[in-house]
Amino acid sequence: MRALKPILLVEDDFVDASTVKQALQDLMVRNPVVHKTDGEEAIEYLRGQNNQKPALILLDLNMPKISGVELLQVIKADTQLQHIPVVVLTVSKYEQDKVDTFDLGVAGYVIKAVDYDAFLRAMDIVIQYWVWNGCIEKERVSENARL
Amino acid sequence: MRDSKPILLLEDDTVDAMTVKRALKDLKVSNPLVRAGNGEEALVYLRNDNNIKPCVILLDLNMPKMNGIEFLRVAKADEKLRSIPAIVLTTSRDDQDRFQTFQLSVAGFIIKPVDYKKFVEAMRIIDVYWTLSEMPNSEQETTNANFQTNSACRR
Repeated sequence: MRALKPILLVEDDFVDASTVKQALQDLMVRNPVVHKTDGEEAIEYLRGQNNQKPALILLDLNMPKISGVELLQVIKADTQLQHIPVVVLTVSKYEQDKVDTFDLGVAGYVIKAVDYDAFLRAMDIVIQYWVWNGCIEKERVSENARL
Repeated sequence: MRDSKPILLLEDDTVDAMTVKRALKDLKVSNPLVRAGNGEEALVYLRNDNNIKPCVILLDLNMPKMNGIEFLRVAKADEKLRSIPAIVLTTSRDDQDRFQTFQLSVAGFIIKPVDYKKFVEAMRIIDVYWTLSEMPNSEQETTNANFQTNSACRR
């Protein structure tokens, strides 16, 4: 069986990161999750010759050192990385963040719900969409699940 | 019924375009569907300031005159158009098409199921995902009195 490409989660908050990981597990996502806590680490991972390029990047915006928007600029200017779809996962409802990230070609912008059930429902939609896109695989059992 | 931005469909095949229209109707998606038969027609629509910019672009790849990839090269280099999410809807399983279009920052690449029920399910996922996802509002739309200040595709 071929190795599934990972999902790269870029998130500085450990609680938020474990919530995302929990949701992916609850949604029976088979792809491994690689978690990086800031933009520099993410770039290092993405450019690492021995690392498999992710199938999808889930990106927080407010992070120390390199912000999510700055990281996006780097990814979208790099011909080796620009094909990787990036979905913003954030609490930011600022219009400017939406303008900047869509201008850089993000493939979705999802507001993180505080309530876990609501967050899980949102992530279910995100995962179903990327399964249709052939980026993510789920365990078969859950295929009959409907929202 | 709430006002909402149109969906722009680039599809040269009339039957395929009708199938998309029928699926959206079956899903009760209220956004108007604007169809362009190729990339050139789509650019004429998108660059006419009298037209509301679409919330999403659904595009086929194989079209005469200007195909999907040629269209994406132009649209994604145009700062007034590049932020509109473009989703490829195709029968092509060609990895090169997939790679090239994602390289041009498409927001999806979905292989059209031949079976109508499965096709409706694909369209349903596209609809719910782009209802969930926030999108930027350009000034043009926010000044439109009828337009929802809410940012998603339709709500």
